Amino acid sequence: MAGLRQIAFYGKGGIGKSTTSQNTLAALAEMGQKILIVGCDPKADSTRLILHAKAQDTILSLAASAGSVEDLELEDVMKIGYRNIRCVESGGPEPGVGCAGRGVITSINFLEEEGAYEGADYVSYDVLGDVVCGGFAMPIRENKAQEIYIVMSGEMMAMYAANNISKGILKYANSGGVRLGGLVCNERQTDKEYELADSLAKKLNSKLIHFVPRDNVVQHAELRRMTVLEYAPDSKQADEYRTLAAKIHENVGKGTIPTPITMDELEDLLMEHGIMQAVDESIVGKSAAECAVA
Amino acid sequence: MDLTLDEVKARNAEVITEALSVYPDKTAKKRAKHLNVYEGDKPDCGVKSNIKSVPGVMTIRGCAYAGSKGVVWGPIKDMIHISHGPVGCGQYSWAARRNYYIGVTGVDSFVTMQFTSDFQEKDIVFGGDKKLDKILDEIQRLFPLNHGITIQSECPIGLIGDDIEAVAKKKSKEYDGKTIVPVRCEGFRGVSQSLGHHIANDAVRDWVFEKGGEKAPLFESTPYDVAIIGDYNIGGDAWSSRILLEEMGLRVIAQWSGDGSLAELENTPKAKLNILHCYRSMNYISRYMEEKFGIPWVEYNFFGPSKVAESLRAIASHFDDRIKEGAERVIAKYQPLMDAVIAKYKPRLEGKKVMLYVGGLRPRHVIGAYEDLGMEVIGTGYEFGHNDDYQRTTHYVKDGTLIYDDVTGYEFEKFVDRLQPDLVGSGIKEKYVFQKMGVPFRQMHSWDYSGPYHGYDGFAIFARDMDMAINNPVWGLTKAPWNVGP
Repeated sequence: MAGLRQIAFYGKGGIGKSTTSQNTLAALAEMGQKILIVGCDPKADSTRLILHAKAQDTILSLAASAGSVEDLELEDVMKIGYRNIRCVESGGPEPGVGCAGRGVITSINFLEEEGAYEGADYVSYDVLGDVVCGGFAMPIRENKAQEIYIVMSGEMMAMYAANNISKGILKYANSGGVRLGGLVCNERQTDKEYELADSLAKKLNSKLIHFVPRDNVVQHAELRRMTVLEYAPDSKQADEYRTLAAKIHENVGKGTIPTPITMDELEDLLMEHGIMQAVDESIVGKSAAECAVA
Repeated sequence: MDLTLDEVKARNAEVITEALSVYPDKTAKKRAKHLNVYEGDKPDCGVKSNIKSVPGVMTIRGCAYAGSKGVVWGPIKDMIHISHGPVGCGQYSWAARRNYYIGVTGVDSFVTMQFTSDFQEKDIVFGGDKKLDKILDEIQRLFPLNHGITIQSECPIGLIGDDIEAVAKKKSKEYDGKTIVPVRCEGFRGVSQSLGHHIANDAVRDWVFEKGGEKAPLFESTPYDVAIIGDYNIGGDAWSSRILLEEMGLRVIAQWSGDGSLAELENTPKAKLNILHCYRSMNYISRYMEEKFGIPWVEYNFFGPSKVAESLRAIASHFDDRIKEGAERVIAKYQPLMDAVIAKYKPRLEGKKVMLYVGGLRPRHVIGAYEDLGMEVIGTGYEFGHNDDYQRTTHYVKDGTLIYDDVTGYEFEKFVDRLQPDLVGSGIKEKYVFQKMGVPFRQMHSWDYSGPYHGYDGFAIFARDMDMAINNPVWGLTKAPWNVGP
């Protein structure tokens, strides 16, 4: 296990984490790396492009039907997909009940105890939306992911989430040793997106590791439940993911301790790039109708 | 050598300072507010109470679940109380607090049985509502004579946000309006078991009184109907109390909650007077019934003949002459018996000094019983009392009494070591510490597997037990090895 790299993808919900991570991991597999994907999202959609399947049987749903997680064997939960990428999904409760965070902890403990990581070069955790509780911080705690890659875009809320996740990383950076590997900007075609992402990365004491341009081929591949690497290996977009994969591969040990910024600083950043006007205090909290009267 | 009052006060103040001196400054500052020497003319004991215990000390307190399941709801004998969550809380509260009851266990009564949902990891992750639904079905099938079910929440229920109210409502509907009570007594709520009592009282209000609606009582009311509130029938306490009330002409229509039943709870709004023993754990529901149904309530104290007589008269004062005469008749009847008990034991116990540390009402209520035997309580404190308890305590304690709220294991040992009482009355966790210090001890939560201690019959047993503890020849046989020698 000496060379095992553990990484994790975090980011705001709907930003394209699962798509980006699966394409990147497919590219890493192409480079000959042995990959294990651990989906840590109750939706269990972190491995569908690799497995060509709608949703994989999850550790927690199988454990619930078998009685407990101790009743499971590794082969019950692990599926093999594109280029021998091994896939497991933690799964979790339906929205609104139970404790999904505890589910993540249970699943990761199970995988470690069962020796799921043996023989892998990379373990990648794909974690839902935001670090809402201790359970979803599990992959960034001690002896789990060494580098976190935050998938974001030039949208305010995506940047806000990236900053929040950095706070989570900072919390465990000193006790655990987890580092911020870098930001991955998934292009949304907002104004000055590259510049914004790049400055945010610098503010966070990190770097914009790659700017992934928007391309409809990603959509086409997704509809077929495939990665771009598999669907259109010769496309320009496939090369983008190859570049990202290579950068991540070379980024070993180069992660940093993030320096999260305040909400005010984040707003200043947007103003610096002319995305946001200086806040006119006289209009704060006023409806359109009220402003019209004034 | 007897100390003067001033010497006692000075010594007690010094002992407090000594105990505080080992703490870090911040802790000492916090704990100082909970310790005091009572000044006889003050309206309260001069201590802060009902505040979060300091982390790192050995507190003797329990949790909200203990207050609801262990104290208020647990003794209701014809209802099944589910310890909802992982198995430990249920296991450690199994068999209750010696809340005696009449009934066939496992058939129509369930107090000493333990029902738990035994949460596993999957119940935490996926939520436990489906499991709870199934448990309620199983209970209905296996114990068809149960009259109702309560769901006593352990910590994880609140953490994962299970909707036990929805399950309770749904199952109640399925079982023709059966009383199913969800209780939000998660252990992390509040600073002690005290909040659990309050939550349990509120659950009675919401799910028995308000939801149950007006249920026609199955009996004809009389002008002499009373309900015993806050007697948990430990070792039969409520029984030795009830007979006195009945003998004076009253009719006891409900016992809350020792040897109590759901029907008794439901019928209590028909009472003419609620008589309240444990103020701390059931004042809430008494106040509610006063407001809602116009039932007055009166506190009473059935420890020791002086307080019993005083209380019988106070209760009788709410009724007509027939009851007042009944009270006098009862007092007169039992007084010779009590005189005999005192004649036997007072010579053996006179002048003995006692330190107490218990919960609920006992830190003040039992003082009269000791005084009837010529004994003196020199220190007392509450596990989970509030300010109103410490105000009430002033009617019982003497000037210069050492007062300790939420005492820590260390402080209690220190105080006993320095004050050298002849008897300590506290709980099982304290028992062996003090016995090993060579100090006689009685458990005053469970009556040390004895009882009852309430009423006239109870006093005879109380006196015997105190004598047994203090005058046991074993104390004369203990020798410290370092004292052996020429």
